[in-house]
Amino acid sequence: MKFRHLAFAAACVAGLSVPALAETNVTILHVNEVAPARDLWNKIAADYNASHPGVKVQFKYLENEAFKAKLPTMLQSDDRPDMFYSWAGGVMQAQDKAGLLKDISADVADVESTMSQTAVNAFKVEGKVVGVPFEMGEVAFYYNKKLFAQAGVKAEDIKGWDDFLGAVKKLKAAGITPIVVGAGEKWPMHFYYAYLVVRIGGDGALADAKANKNGGFKNAVFVEAGKRLHELAALEPFQAGYLQTTHAQSAGVFGDGKAAMDLMGPWLLGMQAPNSASGKGLAAEDIGILSFPTVPDGKGKATDTMGGVNGFLVSKSAPKEAVDFLKFFSQKKYAEEAGATSAYIPVVKGAEAAIKDPLQKRLADDLAASTYHQNYLDQDLGPSVGRVINDMSVAVAAGEKTPEAAAAAIQEAAEQQ
Amino acid sequence: MVLSTLATSYLEPARRMNANGWAIVLVFLPPALLLFTVFVALPMTEAAWYSFYNWNGYGRPERFIGLTNYRYLIGNATFLRALVNNGLVIAVSLVVELPLALAAAMMVAGRIAGAAAFRMIFFLPYVLADVGAGLIWRYMFDGDYGLVATIKGALGLQPYYLLADKDWAFTAILIVIVWKYFGFYMMLFVAGLQGIDKSLLEAAEIDGASPWQRFRYIVLPQLGPMIRLSIFFSVVGSLQLFDIVVPLTGGGPFDTTHTMVSFLYYFGITRMRVGFGSAVGVVLFFICVTFAIGYQRIFMRDD
Repeated sequence: MKFRHLAFAAACVAGLSVPALAETNVTILHVNEVAPARDLWNKIAADYNASHPGVKVQFKYLENEAFKAKLPTMLQSDDRPDMFYSWAGGVMQAQDKAGLLKDISADVADVESTMSQTAVNAFKVEGKVVGVPFEMGEVAFYYNKKLFAQAGVKAEDIKGWDDFLGAVKKLKAAGITPIVVGAGEKWPMHFYYAYLVVRIGGDGALADAKANKNGGFKNAVFVEAGKRLHELAALEPFQAGYLQTTHAQSAGVFGDGKAAMDLMGPWLLGMQAPNSASGKGLAAEDIGILSFPTVPDGKGKATDTMGGVNGFLVSKSAPKEAVDFLKFFSQKKYAEEAGATSAYIPVVKGAEAAIKDPLQKRLADDLAASTYHQNYLDQDLGPSVGRVINDMSVAVAAGEKTPEAAAAAIQEAAEQQ
Repeated sequence: MVLSTLATSYLEPARRMNANGWAIVLVFLPPALLLFTVFVALPMTEAAWYSFYNWNGYGRPERFIGLTNYRYLIGNATFLRALVNNGLVIAVSLVVELPLALAAAMMVAGRIAGAAAFRMIFFLPYVLADVGAGLIWRYMFDGDYGLVATIKGALGLQPYYLLADKDWAFTAILIVIVWKYFGFYMMLFVAGLQGIDKSLLEAAEIDGASPWQRFRYIVLPQLGPMIRLSIFFSVVGSLQLFDIVVPLTGGGPFDTTHTMVSFLYYFGITRMRVGFGSAVGVVLFFICVTFAIGYQRIFMRDD
């Protein structure tokens, strides 16, 4: 008797859940920690779910390192997300080569024409479109205006590498920590190395190295970038214990006004307040932006930029609703809202006009005028060589490895992969 | 009656098995054999196979490169450092941790007041998850905000960033390991100590043996099997150390605090060089198997 009751109850529950099972679920995995961005995305998902009954779009968050470590396994299991955050570059190419991405060239052609071409091209592999970008960022020096004034440093005067080193010396003399860097996670230090490569070698440097020209990564460009980085580090400009500082801690140090400069991407603005000891961080008027200085005799231009292009890639097994949502997501009105709330710098043409924050506006203008945009080196070169670049940047800065040995190590990793 | 016949046929290995004996083998062996094959033998064989390929973990391995991964491994300075680190962990376990556990066991094995409470306190670190312990100690060792920093600040000393120090960061890991595992071995030794025949110790005392002589000639030999077992667990556990390294140092300043398994994870898996990681796994397997079989044959023969 009891068993029959149980079986009946189970059948009822199964029957009631059938309509729920008929709903299409679309999961999107991401790493974004900036609060306005997450709020905006949840809003877009809610709008879409409301206007498309039978489809449930959900954003799922995973921390940066965990995301990178887990994704290869997830993509090959039944647990795979339908869409996932991407920095393009070598990892995206490996994912495409393994047949895990969907070719959406035809589906999103109309949306792509509304976006910046640099961003769109970043998400193409061998001519086919595998993802849609939503953000472009530039890495630049964020500086604390009050601390600069205290040391008598004028940001407008910092154009070349020697001006920059002079400013660092002045800050140190005034008893201020010139630079904060989260070298515990290594990738913040590679920003310096990457920018130096761009300033010294210009737009062909990376392509030449990948093609193994002039000794590949052992060539003069990479060695000199290492020498310049070592030159900077020799002035001891970083905060005490910088080798174990995490990225979040470094954002807090900047927000607490304990260091004058931080070479970082736009998300710093959203992170410096929550991570600071006071919780309030620096006021927006107290923060300025300084472009990375040019290097004497460098082939790169002052208008070359280094930074990321971020977007979502579509899994091969994703339902068509996923691509449909991607197009919905890419509408100009949402891009404008992203700009207005300082969630990120949108790639939809014309949406930058909606950016209110003067700092974000400055970055957007830089990107629009960019003569060459280099993706983060640790993404562009793929997971193996990328991590070696991160390791070597920290090693050269700390004096652990000579610039030549570091360049040789990068070349060795490129050959072994 | 049939059962007793079968039972005797098992207890006397010299006798050949009859048909009933084989039937029992065929019924009871497959489940265990299946589990062992699927979870132990198969992964090991697959890992050995993957180690001959240059494979990024996506799809099937396609680029056969033979023994090249092993060649890269032998020439890799970080891996050699990881081997040294594993050796350090084994040495510290045997020289510091086990004697400490024995000393603690001697103190709390008796029926004195509070012995049970202290046994629990010493055992508590072992119960903590490795990752939790690593995170807690990372905070403690932090140069700016940790417990060590607060003490130093109170004494008026400059902050010291132990986890960023190339030469001493591994000491931090060793401290955490001793703190975490000595309680477990202490419990093993307590069990061993409580099993020693009291009359032996009384007889020795009557004969005029000093506490040290009683310890050396009665307690230690009686604890022999337990000590040999603890050494075995300790060495095998040290070879597999991973969970504490990741939250504490992540491989440490300039890759100086890697162990073989953390090297496998960081240089094989996160860099999407699964073939290379598999080669590390195979090397680790051979080291563990050689130790396990050699140790059991030589030292645990009579236990």
